This record gives sequence, C-alpha cells and structure tokens, in this order.
Amino acid sequence: MEMSIPYQYKAHPVTGIPNGKFAMWLFLASEVMLFGALFSSYVMLRYNAPEWPHGYTLLNVPLATVNTMVLITSSVSMVMAWAQLKMGNFARGRMYLWVTVLLACGFLVVKYFEYSHKFHLGIYPSKSTFYAVYFTMTGLHGLHVVGGIIAIAYLAGPGASLWHRNPDFYANRVENTGLYWHFVDLVWIFLFPSLYLI
Amino acid sequence: MSGDHHSHGHSHASHAQHAPGFWRSYVFSVDHKVIGVQYAVTALVFLFIGYSLIMIMRWQLAYPGKEIPLLGELLSKQLYSGFQNLASGGVLLPEGYNALGAMHGTIMVFLGIVPLAVGGFGNYVMPLQIGAPDMAFPRLNMLSYWVFLPGGLIMLASFFLPGGAAQSGWTSYAPLAVINFGQTAWLVGMIFLITSSLLGSINFIVTIAHLRARGLSMYRLPFFVWAQLVTAFLLLLAFPPLEAAGILQLMDRVAGTSFFMPSGLVISGKAAEWTGGGSPLLWQHLFWFLAHPEVYVLILPAMGIVAEVIANNTRKPLWGYRSMVYAAVFLGFMSFIVWAHHMFMTGMSTKMSTFFQATTMIISIPSVIILTALVISLWGGSIRFNTPMLFATAFLPMFAIGGLTGLPLGLTTSDIHLHDTYYVIGHFHYVVAPGTIFAMFAGIYYWFPKVTGRKMSETLGKIHFWPTFICMNLIFFPMLIQGMGGLSRRTYDPQVYEAGQALAATLHKVITHSAYLMAAFQVPFIINFFRSIWAGEKVSQNPWHATTLEWAAPSPPPHGNFVGEPVVYRDPYVYSPVGRSDDYLPQFVGPEV
Repeated sequence: MEMSIPYQYKAHPVTGIPNGKFAMWLFLASEVMLFGALFSSYVMLRYNAPEWPHGYTLLNVPLATVNTMVLITSSVSMVMAWAQLKMGNFARGRMYLWVTVLLACGFLVVKYFEYSHKFHLGIYPSKSTFYAVYFTMTGLHGLHVVGGIIAIAYLAGPGASLWHRNPDFYANRVENTGLYWHFVDLVWIFLFPSLYLI
Repeated sequence: MSGDHHSHGHSHASHAQHAPGFWRSYVFSVDHKVIGVQYAVTALVFLFIGYSLIMIMRWQLAYPGKEIPLLGELLSKQLYSGFQNLASGGVLLPEGYNALGAMHGTIMVFLGIVPLAVGGFGNYVMPLQIGAPDMAFPRLNMLSYWVFLPGGLIMLASFFLPGGAAQSGWTSYAPLAVINFGQTAWLVGMIFLITSSLLGSINFIVTIAHLRARGLSMYRLPFFVWAQLVTAFLLLLAFPPLEAAGILQLMDRVAGTSFFMPSGLVISGKAAEWTGGGSPLLWQHLFWFLAHPEVYVLILPAMGIVAEVIANNTRKPLWGYRSMVYAAVFLGFMSFIVWAHHMFMTGMSTKMSTFFQATTMIISIPSVIILTALVISLWGGSIRFNTPMLFATAFLPMFAIGGLTGLPLGLTTSDIHLHDTYYVIGHFHYVVAPGTIFAMFAGIYYWFPKVTGRKMSETLGKIHFWPTFICMNLIFFPMLIQGMGGLSRRTYDPQVYEAGQALAATLHKVITHSAYLMAAFQVPFIINFFRSIWAGEKVSQNPWHATTLEWAAPSPPPHGNFVGEPVVYRDPYVYSPVGRSDDYLPQFVGPEV
C-alpha cells in the first residue's frame, strides 16, 4: 500500500531540502543535546572534583591520534562516495562507501585494543570517575560508530539497488548518512582532546 | 521513505487500492490514523492503570494501616515475588507505597498523557489539519509506536520482577534511585520511551514544515498544529539530556560507576561500595532540564485542543490568534531556562536562584496570554455547550488555578515553605488533571465523529462531565490547604506528623472518597465510548460545522485522507462571517462558492 508523500527526494521550495535531510538535521540537533548533556556532566564533575588526572597520563595518546586520523579519513571517503554518485559514477561511489566501512571498522579495532588493555590491567568504569566518564562517553560514541557502519554497509550492500530505480533518492540517502557520519566524527574530535589531551 | 516505487500503487486513487491484510491494516499499519488510534487507546489503558495505582495509595493515606478493601488480600497473596514488597496482611507496605507512587507518576506522564496528547491526537489530527496524505515518514511513525509499547510494557513488567518496581518517585533522584530496587527496569523503559518520542518529534516537525496543503501558510495553521509543532521541538531537544542522564544512572547501577554517588556515602550503617566523587545534584539538573519542558509538553497540546473546541463552539474566530502563536513559541524557548526552580531547596546560590526566579516569572506571561486570549474568545459568542465545550470551558479556570498556585512555588521565599508539601501536588495536578485531562476528554468527544463517523452520546457525556468536574476539585483543592498546613508529600503514614494529624484525618478522607467517586463516574464515559463506536448517532463529515481541514475529509478518512487535493483559501477560524447565511466558512471552501 504505497501512496505518494511529497518531497521524499525533491527539495521543498521553502526549506530547500527534501524530507530526509531535514529529518537528519533534526536528529543531529537531538544528538547535540545528548552529547551536550554528557559533556556538561563531564565538565561539572571535573570542575567540582578535588583532583582529576590528566588524560595523557592514563590513556594511550598515540593510538588515539591514529584513530582520529582514521576517522577523519573515513569522513573524507564518505564525501567522495557522495561526490562520485552525484557525478553518476555508481561503482566508484559504492567503492568509497565500502572504504568508509573499512575505516570505521579499523577505528573500532583500535578501540578494542585500547579497551582490552585497560580491562587487562583491571581498570573498569568503576575504578574512578575519570574512567567512568572515559568508558561511558567513548562507549556511547563507539555505539554510534557501529550504527554508522550498519547504515553505510546497508547503503553499499542491499540498499544500493535503489540507485537503479531512483539515483537522486539514493544519492540523498548517502548524503544524509554522510551528515550523520560527519557528526560521529565531530563528536570524536571533541572527545579526543577533552579526554586524552587535557 | 515509502512511495517512489513506481512499479505499483502510486498512481491509483489511494482508497481504490486493494486492501492490505489484517496485520498491515490494524497492527503494523503505517497509516497515521491507525497509529494515532493505537497510541490513544494504549494511553487510555495506561491512564486507567495509573489511576488504579493511586486509588490503592489513597486508601493508605485516608486509613493508614487499615486493610485495603477488595485488593488487599489479593496483593498479600504474593502470587509473584515482586508483590511481596507491595502489601502484607492486606495492608500496603511503605515499599509498596513508594513503588505505587513512582509508577503512578511515571505512567501518568510518560505513558498516559504524552502518548495521548502527542501520539494520539497529534498523530491523528495534525496531518488531517494540514491537509497531508500522511506523516512525512509513515514507517518511522509505526516504529515510534512499536518502540513506545515495549517501553510501557517494561515499566509494567517491573512490578513482577524480583524486588518490584522502581521506588524513587518519577523524578528518580540519586543516590536513592541508584540504590533502590526496580530502578534498572525503569531506566531501560525510559530509554525506549525517549527513543520513541524522538522518532515521533522528528516526524512531526518535518510533516508540519513540508507537507502542508496548498495555500496553508504558517499563519493559517490551526492553533492545535502550532501547539504540536512547539511540543515536537521540546520533545526533540529536552528528552536527549534525560537519555544521557538515564545512561549515566544505568552505569551507576550496572557498572558501579559514581556519576551521581557522592564520596563517603553510608547505606544502612555500612560504607557504600561506590568509589564516590560523583554529584547527586547533577542528576537533578539533567532530570529537570528535561522535566520542565515536559510540563509544557503536557500542557501545550491541551491548549491546542481547547483552542479548537472553543473557536468552534463560540462560533467566533479565536481572539488574538497571532499573540497565541507567538506566546506558544516563546513559551517553548523559555521552558529551557527555568528548570532549576524545582531545585531551590538544594542550597543553590542566590545569584542562581535570582536568575531562575526571574525566568520563571517571565514564563508565566505567555501562559497567561494564551489563557486570556481563550477567555476573551468566549466574550460575545453564542456558545454551544455541548460535551466537548463543557470540558474545554472547564479547562480554563482549572488551568488558571494550576498556573496561579505555581507562582508562589517560583519564588524562593514562599517555595521554602511550600516545597515538597501537598501544595505542590495540588498545584501540578490542577495543571495536568483537571487541566490537561479535561482537554483530552474535550478532544475525544470533539474528534470522535471524525474517527468513527458517529457521535458520542451528549446525555452520557454530561453525566460524565459534571461529577468529574466536582470530584476533581474535591480531590485537588484540599491538597492546597493541606500543603499550606505543612503536610509533606511522599509520606507513607501522614498521621505520624503533627501537621498530618489534624489535616489527614478529615481532608485525606474527603480526597480519597472523591477519588473513588470520580473513578465511578468514568464508567459513563467508558460505556459511551464503546457504545458509540457501534451504536452512536451517525453524523455527516462535518457535524460541528467546523472550519479546519480535518473536516474536509470523509469520516473516517480513507488511507491517504482526502478525496482530491485539499486547497486552503483563508484563515483557520472564519466563523460568523458577515454577509453569509450560514455561520461558518471553512478553510477549504473556494471563494466562488
């Protein structure tokens, strides 16, 4: 039972964007509030604590730097995917989507080594409020990365058939997923200095 | 996301398509009307459950330590291990009292009123009022309901878990909530509910922005749609911080972190196992950052419904429509910067409390504007006092009492005396119970003909309204008096306190019996509701002679809503226009007619 909902992939004359992109921006606004609340909690806890360790004394900065690079690169490949699709190069666009998935998985692998090293040393979230903040915030960010991998893999895999029916709609979906992916990247850009470097 | 599959459907008139099966039509439907009805019915069931919980608690308050009639024995049988905390020997236990109180608040707010006002009325009426074929994302809409329902069921199921349901109030203040039984299920349930409302709010905003009918500019929107739009923004931006807070509290409970656990905490004479270093106050900030906008999530859709019903039944345009719209938007903004007025007693600095007192006084202004506009709208109208109008009119003084009793709570000097007393309970229940719930009843009686094609009985409606109106006041007005007398809220046995002995003996009994009486007078409503679905008087598609777009659709509207594309020619409430024989000119009737 299908019916036509307007502006699914065509831009609305007033807002200038289709429904999906508008929805994604709204979703990201709520995500800003979610991570905003966590960052505020972190600031409040740290400000009120009698002492708070510097992140670089406890966490692996070189590994996290590598991970930052990996994530930024994945954001670039995501844009490349969209750009290729916009130029009509379906195969290359799809290839860049898989590259993004690969890089995102690489990020998680590095994260896995960081976590398991800490667990190996007997360090869990309950160890101190610093580690509680570290594990909760990076953990939630990690879940967002997993969500991104699922979404992008779907677009590169079974979801790609949409291209043959409606290339504009497909490119829009890649663009919207890209917005989400850049946001996940951006959260890490904030997490990295505020947890590891100061 | 559906549609665009050029292979099928699409080009046919929507109502002429082959009918989908039972499951797709009534259970996993993507039609906003079916989802709206699902939300509304589920919410009404939850309201009934929430009210039942409070009726058990009311017995304990009126007759402390006495066996609960009818239910006491059943609860004490310990059919489930979770029930052993509720009652013993037919008498409600303190733990049971706390669990019922926490779940009453949670169920009424998150599973009753919000899903009814937003999920029910919003889903059903809003797309019709803007002339849309459906929501912008029908499948997301369906998902939002199917995420909401498990959240609600988890909340209910928590009564049957070992240790029972959450016992820390709907506010779940730490560190008590971190230590108490039942809280994990509460937190998991809340995460489901928040996710559901997030999906819903995105859908609402995109739908209102993109799917309005031709000619329907923003200032031609019915006030109800504006109210839903502002509500959606509040849900979108205020709920995520509670989700964050919920995750942190879940970490405290499950992973042993100390986000909300202070150093040096002693529980039952033993040092707590948490490492400490956290801040209980942080929870309160995160919670009230949600929960104050939540108050406006509860009241704005109600104002929207009342505005529709009043304009229709006074047969006049709303007075000050634009002022009402500006007020609603301003209210939305302000609701994000008043939250700490719930926390005056936490020892905050006077600088902080001065700021929050000022914003609290400012936020009362838009509410007063909306209420005043509605009252002035009555002026000089030839008012039809049908059942929806009775409830809508009663909303005005009830909400006014609720709002005005809030002012002393917004100022620290008087709040110190009144904080955590029955006065607070009386205040916010006046806003939400005879306020919002009356508006919900008005909405049900008003839009019932649209949903079913039949009208509810006026006689039964009046038998429902008058006793409910009287009982509501007999329940909540005495609470204001008790509170001013110093009776603390959340006390299992009010008579152990001096203030309670005098006040509890009489007023608590009045309140309790009024509550039971009010429950009895919901029976006419329930009978009316079900009887009218099958045997109500059949009516035309516009029985109230209303002007807004939902009445341009057949009753009940088919899949896709409208027969032909609706076009809007004028403002929403053109009643009693000069130079016409009939007293209304709908938005959708062309000028040449």
